Amino acid sequence: MIGLSLAYLKDRGLNTALNILLLALSVASLVILLLFSSQLENRFDKDAQGIDMVVGAKGSPLQLILSSVYHVDIPTGNVPLDTVPLLRRQLGVAEAIPLALGDSFRSFRIVGTEPAYPALLGASLADGRMFSAKMEAVIGADVAARTGATLGQRFVGGHGMSSGDEGPKHEETPFIVVGRLKPTGTVIDRLILTRVESVWGVHGIEDPGEDHHDGESAEDHEAHAGAAEVTAVLVRFGSPIAAVRLPGFINRQTNLQAAVPAVEVSRLLALVGVGLDAVRAFAVLLMLTAGLSIFVALLTALKEREGDMAMLRVIGASRAAIIGQVASEGLILASAGATLGLLLGHGVIGMAAASIEQLRALGLNAFAFHPGEALIVAAALGIGLIAALIPALRVLKNDIAETLANAR
Amino acid sequence: MSSPDTLTNSKTAQGPLVEARGLSHVRDGRTVMAIGDWQLQPGAHALLLGPSGSGKTTFINIVTGLLTPSHGAISVAGEVMSALPPASRDALRRRTIGLVFQTLRLIPALSVTDNLALAQQLALGHVDRAAIAGMIDRVGLAHRAAARPRQLSQGEGQRAAIARALITRSRLVVADEPTSALDDANAARMIDLMFDVADATGATLLVATHDGRIAHRFANRLNLMAPVAA
Ligand SMILES: Nc1ncnc2c1ncn2[C@@H]1O[C@H](COP(=O)(O)OP(=O)(O)O)[C@@H](O)[C@H]1O
Ligand SMILES: [Mg+2]
Repeated sequence: MIGLSLAYLKDRGLNTALNILLLALSVASLVILLLFSSQLENRFDKDAQGIDMVVGAKGSPLQLILSSVYHVDIPTGNVPLDTVPLLRRQLGVAEAIPLALGDSFRSFRIVGTEPAYPALLGASLADGRMFSAKMEAVIGADVAARTGATLGQRFVGGHGMSSGDEGPKHEETPFIVVGRLKPTGTVIDRLILTRVESVWGVHGIEDPGEDHHDGESAEDHEAHAGAAEVTAVLVRFGSPIAAVRLPGFINRQTNLQAAVPAVEVSRLLALVGVGLDAVRAFAVLLMLTAGLSIFVALLTALKEREGDMAMLRVIGASRAAIIGQVASEGLILASAGATLGLLLGHGVIGMAAASIEQLRALGLNAFAFHPGEALIVAAALGIGLIAALIPALRVLKNDIAETLANAR
Repeated sequence: MSSPDTLTNSKTAQGPLVEARGLSHVRDGRTVMAIGDWQLQPGAHALLLGPSGSGKTTFINIVTGLLTPSHGAISVAGEVMSALPPASRDALRRRTIGLVFQTLRLIPALSVTDNLALAQQLALGHVDRAAIAGMIDRVGLAHRAAARPRQLSQGEGQRAAIARALITRSRLVVADEPTSALDDANAARMIDLMFDVADATGATLLVATHDGRIAHRFANRLNLMAPVAA
């Protein structure tokens, strides 16, 4: 009987192909949406892991989070280096990690920070050692792969962060690669990490630490430090009380702003979500259209086959066998559409990731599967089944003798 | 096999394959078919002759168990059709009767071979490719086995339809108006073919027709009269 279903489908091949295509398109759009939004959210979560709060210059809190946690937007400004010890003194603060941004190398951001930053994101060395002296750099896995940089190689950073080498180069202060990180699937794969002082050095800001070596007093150092700034400070809380108290406390400081990644990300996703919902509604509509089209195709086909079906009943097919035969036609259509849709969806994600830099940066991965895809496939199969069963049951209600007498 | 089945088989080996007793059918207060007592012996070729509207199709529907007669009873292979529950009636038809439809009703999406395979699968629960090839050969379609019904000539289509009715090892082949759409030569050929194949397989033949051209071919003739208009 499955053979019969296949034969019928093949017999009206063009119609079958169109219905499979229609269903495949709807499945593909739903899969693309699902993968895109889930991988985006997943990436947002992973990049922000362990970061409970970000302190930076006043401005848009979303911009602060995007620039310092996800490294996609430009920073809101700088804050004094004093902010770091200030935060570390606060009760409930487990870690405060400075970030100094502003330069890049071939579109990869150079981040002045401390070894605690890669540790926070779970990155470990694949090769070499962690940066320690000024101008030493550790590169993320993507940076290594895309630039081909190796240990011991020197490179010159350019000013500006968004499109890489467009800004003036800091020729006189080259970095040296001392370490390479293992891939983490987080934003750190695309960063070049160095000491905060290296970023200052590039910009001719005096390093308070070096002043110290020169034997200046602590007070002198504090006075000089007015020029020493960081872009943001990532904070990890040690106790839940801090989450309640600290953001408010920071925001009352005239120059500082505290932003919570979880809050800003959910605000952003809610915003993006409206757009995604609209596209999703369209995709669902497309799937219903595909279901309707299969329904119409089977209804017409079964109308033409009424005589065949009555004949089959007379020569021994049970009602269940007839229903099964028609149902399998719907299911074969639907599973072909679903399979093609899955391939198409993952293919589009893969092509998008391969051709659009920003999407790759977001960690879009064609080979990751989401449990929700099973639901999409189930919906497609369900629609195929229902589209088949309704006309099958309709035809079976007919009297066999009557159908045989009347049907063509 | 259960004992009632064995009983049935031994009974039909001696008795008629089809037996009607006081059979008539009333529809909307009008007698549309009246046959009374009638028997069809195993291996016989019987003709049911009568003008259009005389109740031939009604009778065939009763023989195949698709319709329950309003008066009298009919037994096929020793089983009283109306006494059987629908599922057993279907099973009896499946095991015993092969139908040749006037419009052939070969499935256009399947090859000749696959049309036979489907019928065999439905009736016997398995497909015997060798038996199918043998049957197709016997009806002279070996060179057309892979063809689709719409690629066949009318005569070839009829051979295929007869082959399908017989591939299920039916003991009774029933054909309703198999020749009414055919010219003289083709009508004669169709009857030849049915006789040939039925004799070769030992099947019993029941042909219903209003077509007087083929009447002389049958020794066992049952004439139905047109119902008197009310
Ligand atoms: N489904 C039906 N409803 C009402 N009358 C019917 C139906 N089928 C057949 N009849 C009537 O029963 C009579 C016998 O019909 P039928 O058995 O088809 O005759 P035949 O096959 O000899 O032409 C006719 O008068 C026909 O009009
Ligand atoms: Mg008739």
